[in-house]
Amino acid sequence: MPVDITSAREALAALPNDPGVRKPDPIVVGDDITRTFGGLKAVDVQHIEIQRGVITALIGPNGAGKTTLFNLLTGFDVPDSGSWAFNDQSLAKVPAYKVARLGMVRTFQLTKVLSKLTVIENMRLGATGQRGEKFFPSIFKAFWRAQEDEITSRADDLLARFKLDKKRGDFAGSLSGGQRKLLEMARALMVDPELIMLDEPMAGVNPALKQSLLGHVKSLRDEGRTVLFVEHDMDMVRDISDWVIVMAQGQIVAEGTPEAVMADQRVIDAYLGAHHDADLSEMDEEALAAQVEAEINAEENEA
Amino acid sequence: MDFGSIIDAAFSNAFGPQAIVFALAAIGLNIHFGYTGLLNFGQAGFMAVGAFGLAVAMVRLDLPLPVGILVGLVASAVLALILGVPTLRLRADYLAIVTIAAAEILRLVFGAVETKAVFGGSNGLNGFTETWNSLNPYSKGIDVGFASWSRNDLWAMTVGWVVVALCCLLTWALMRSPWGRVLRSIREDEDAVRSLGKNVFLYKMQALMLGGVIGGLGGIFFALKQASVVPSDYSTNLTFFAYTALLIGGAARVLGPVVGSMIFWFLISGLGAFFSQATSGIDPLIPASVMTDTQASLIRYILMGLGLMLLMIYRPQGIFGDRKEIALDAR
Repeated sequence: MPVDITSAREALAALPNDPGVRKPDPIVVGDDITRTFGGLKAVDVQHIEIQRGVITALIGPNGAGKTTLFNLLTGFDVPDSGSWAFNDQSLAKVPAYKVARLGMVRTFQLTKVLSKLTVIENMRLGATGQRGEKFFPSIFKAFWRAQEDEITSRADDLLARFKLDKKRGDFAGSLSGGQRKLLEMARALMVDPELIMLDEPMAGVNPALKQSLLGHVKSLRDEGRTVLFVEHDMDMVRDISDWVIVMAQGQIVAEGTPEAVMADQRVIDAYLGAHHDADLSEMDEEALAAQVEAEINAEENEA
Repeated sequence: MDFGSIIDAAFSNAFGPQAIVFALAAIGLNIHFGYTGLLNFGQAGFMAVGAFGLAVAMVRLDLPLPVGILVGLVASAVLALILGVPTLRLRADYLAIVTIAAAEILRLVFGAVETKAVFGGSNGLNGFTETWNSLNPYSKGIDVGFASWSRNDLWAMTVGWVVVALCCLLTWALMRSPWGRVLRSIREDEDAVRSLGKNVFLYKMQALMLGGVIGGLGGIFFALKQASVVPSDYSTNLTFFAYTALLIGGAARVLGPVVGSMIFWFLISGLGAFFSQATSGIDPLIPASVMTDTQASLIRYILMGLGLMLLMIYRPQGIFGDRKEIALDAR
């Protein structure tokens, strides 16, 4: 059931911008989740709540533990400690495939399309509860033909929506990077998830496709799904997210609406301010060039 | 040089019982490696377990032939289960190590002096083909000009090719289904399949058991067609020759392993007959200073290896494989 976005946003805007703040209607609740790799504490989250029916962005510098947290929540990695629940059902020690069946489906930072299967076969694979996927019934087509037809028509609808219908019969390996992102998202929708978790959906996508991808992510929310995504592209975060969670060094350092978070001093310190790879303004560039020139001159004079 | 006998050897073996043994082993490997991406380097072990299951049940326990076959099949399924539980959760290469080791352990156990009372030591077991032979409807062998088979061969071929056809039919039915789609997807990327709510471990186990049972069927057929089970027949070579047959025909294609086995035996027997003739007699075609007749019996394996390398370089998809499916991987 779609949530009324305006009222949901207002409710969120009224919340304090504290790490681990309680949400009015959380779909995911996690407590004391830790994961160490050797001596490094990759994830150390005391409390996290993901609001239902809105788009939540998870941002932070490289190595902040965003993808690790994704892996832990979806059962692809096992935490050292902690408990977390999806729709009040505990997910500790639940294997990844069961997490997906419960309605919590993720995509990957490096897209995982099945390159030697066609686009439509990739899509069909996404459907759950297929009779034809059981060993003995699969031998006789009569057991699964009707369901397969139904799955195919659903897959075709999604392919049309994501503008991949022309690629239907092509091997997925022949798709471009952006199209792979689209296919992965469309395939995840075949599972009909309540919560869809996108790991860097914009990475490696050309600017033209970015706009349509943004639209697709928004449409996921508008049809009633909850979206959680990891992203470095701050424009995207500002554009489409309703709530932003900021991680640094494995911990949640701040939360809030996009506007509030971007103005938060803790966030600027931890992430935005320390943004070494940000575009330099023209003035910065001139200053830098002058500085380098001066250094070279100084060295020449010494020699 | 008697070309007639070279052609006879090549064709007789290409359609003969030995090609059927390899076809069954390779069909099993095709399900493991071709469709699911499981590296089973111990197919000889599955075959040995099938063959010894049959022989022990019939010779030691005096059970009838159908029960013996059933014991052999169940034994290979159990072997798949035992090997799969600890390794299928690990990376693919662990399965390869475990299966090759298990096959060697089994071969040594079956041939050991200590287990002679059960498995018959290095001579193995025989005397279990009474029912099998009594069912033979043929009264004599056949010579069709370019190939010839004995009465026993004809019987084995009749049963064997029917079994091969049924196994191909089963493979075809499974691989066109959503079940087969999950297997092919696991071959590409396990985590993607897991993220879509499929129990990857269960599918890999089912594939390992199915391919192992078909391999076991190959072992059972091997035992019946040569009326004995000898441990040394189930060496690692057997596995790798079966892989060669699979790759010649083309992995992940229903008929690939069958045609591959026939070509494998055509070449091995034809080359064997050619070199044995070329190096024998008073004035051999190839003088003894270049190659002796003992060397001649080995040169065919060297050529086979060379052929396999050339195949992998110039036609990695085998004869039936889809170039597009393979080429994408070479990015």
